Amino acid sequence: MTKQNVDTSTTTLQQFDSATEFKGLETRGAHAWFGTHHALADVSLRFPERTVTGLIGPSGCGKSTFIRLLNRMHEFIPSAAMAGEILLNGSDIYDPSEDPALIRLKVGMVFQKPNPFPAMTIRENVLAGIKLAHLKRDNHDDIVEQCLSRAGLWKEVKDRLGAYGGSLSGGQQQRLCIARSLAVEPQVLLMDEPCSALDPGSTLRIEETIKELAEKITVVIVTHNMQQASRVSDFCAFFLTDGGPGYLVEADETRKIFTNPTDSRTADYVQGKFG
Amino acid sequence: MNSVPATDRYLGIEPLRPWAVTRSTRLKNLSRLFVFALVAFLVTITTPLAKFDGWAVAFLLINVAWVFGQSSRLGAKERQDAVLRVVFTSLAVLAFVPWMSIFLTVLLKGYRAIYPGYFFSDMRTSTPEDEFNIGGAGHAIVGSLIMVAIATVVTLPLGILSGIYLTEVRGRMTFLVRFIVQSMAGVPSVVAGLFIFTTIVQPMGKYSGMAGGLALAVLMLPTVSRTAEEVLKLVPEDLRSAGYALGARQWRTAIMVVLPTVKSGLITAGILGVARVIGETAPLLLTSLNTNGFVWNPVSGTVASLPTYIFSMFMYGTEYSTSRAWTGSLVLLVLVFGFFVLARRLGTTPAQNAKTNSRKDRKLKKKS
Repeated sequence: MTKQNVDTSTTTLQQFDSATEFKGLETRGAHAWFGTHHALADVSLRFPERTVTGLIGPSGCGKSTFIRLLNRMHEFIPSAAMAGEILLNGSDIYDPSEDPALIRLKVGMVFQKPNPFPAMTIRENVLAGIKLAHLKRDNHDDIVEQCLSRAGLWKEVKDRLGAYGGSLSGGQQQRLCIARSLAVEPQVLLMDEPCSALDPGSTLRIEETIKELAEKITVVIVTHNMQQASRVSDFCAFFLTDGGPGYLVEADETRKIFTNPTDSRTADYVQGKFG
Repeated sequence: MNSVPATDRYLGIEPLRPWAVTRSTRLKNLSRLFVFALVAFLVTITTPLAKFDGWAVAFLLINVAWVFGQSSRLGAKERQDAVLRVVFTSLAVLAFVPWMSIFLTVLLKGYRAIYPGYFFSDMRTSTPEDEFNIGGAGHAIVGSLIMVAIATVVTLPLGILSGIYLTEVRGRMTFLVRFIVQSMAGVPSVVAGLFIFTTIVQPMGKYSGMAGGLALAVLMLPTVSRTAEEVLKLVPEDLRSAGYALGARQWRTAIMVVLPTVKSGLITAGILGVARVIGETAPLLLTSLNTNGFVWNPVSGTVASLPTYIFSMFMYGTEYSTSRAWTGSLVLLVLVFGFFVLARRLGTTPAQNAKTNSRKDRKLKKKS
């Protein structure tokens, strides 16, 4: 049932992105600065369609900075600067002709701390993106149901869609946030440690959600939890810093990263020898 | 890879800000505005539209015309963007005009009487219609500063304490305290002056700087305590919880955790209060009056202050005395401006300080 709903929604989406079918997200030599502080250096990564990529590495190695580069949230920091190319569907998202708001419509984001809009009900929260971006949709009820279902929250809240987002538990709030970002039909969903503030049960539910999402969209997830990375991701990228800017050590299939990595530092990290 | 020092590894890669407005666009926009300003100027000489207002209207109309001329070439969103930008820019300019007008008037009328001695000498040996190279408002500046200092010393602790009571203690009288503070904000300044006149000036039998300072304190208190309350409300509950969880009592938490967090905001509260009262005239006429010489002792008798100095100079009514009054106004404006700059300076939050410090550290590291 969920599947079918998802399919019908794709047709309504066509009006704004029929021209830009997802052809992958890719970075080439991406750098990031905060003022004079070089935070991230020379990251070249490809995120294939319908996959989950886990970004792992110790704190302060630029993982969060990196995913904020991917949907132009980096530039909100006043002293921020960047270099390199970030290609979405083959065109550079940092080209001056690109509208950052449209980029962020295609590349959604879920944050570390659940942040449902407190003044909106559950239903309004899910539809918030559609309202904020002035998207034309007539099947609001369907969207609410299918987004909440895909986020694994529908069964728990279907009888109280009029309740406020803040009345949910932490894990439910985070799934509401996922549902909210799904409603605008992003091609890529970025997740910045989405489970770090949650209990194991909620974490498990969200991991299941991520796996289901990957059947339709591309997911990039930052995580500090090795088990989580190995459970949910198809590919893994290992970041590290040695005092200077963070850089990419290696990126490969998750199985390979965890069983037979090329770099000895990756092996040490995934085995818990440091970090 | 590790053999290369971290900072040199990526030499030759320039940090870019592709989202920022490029210099050429900015230059293009500025030169366009300049051309429009010139055209508007031409309009003012050739048509009935005259003077600054005429120029402003012409300038605005030209801009609007340009946007509409341009809009046929733009998409719907860009057109909306362009129209709104012109509307809001002109509104901003409109809001800016009265401010500029006040400041320029004071500057133009007041600069004539300024000479270095103006800030150091008083009016004991000179009369208001003397040439501008003798006499000054030093005594008024000193008097104002002394009285404002008295007001600050009285109100800052009171204001902060009432802020703490309203946000931290939340006792049974919260409603009453807030109500009184709010209604005090509406007390006319003359009434504050009369209040001090009957409670201090009459029993003491003389006007004094102390009385003036206390009258100013009555007016300053609501501003300070309202601002302090607003600022204290911004402290996240987590911080208080963290304090309590360390076994601290409420009072210790308020003093050692909450207050330092909003130090900058509290300083701003004080300075806003100062800016609120430094130009008050009516209460001072009833409490400290005016005098021609320096008075350093706040309980000795009448004290001059900038507002009463300006008032008496205007009352004198000659050309030179009026100029002196304008100069006094200029000094007052600059003083208030200085207080706000000071507030910004002192108001840097600890986090910002930490940031600048770490930047300094990094620079030092690079050097070594």
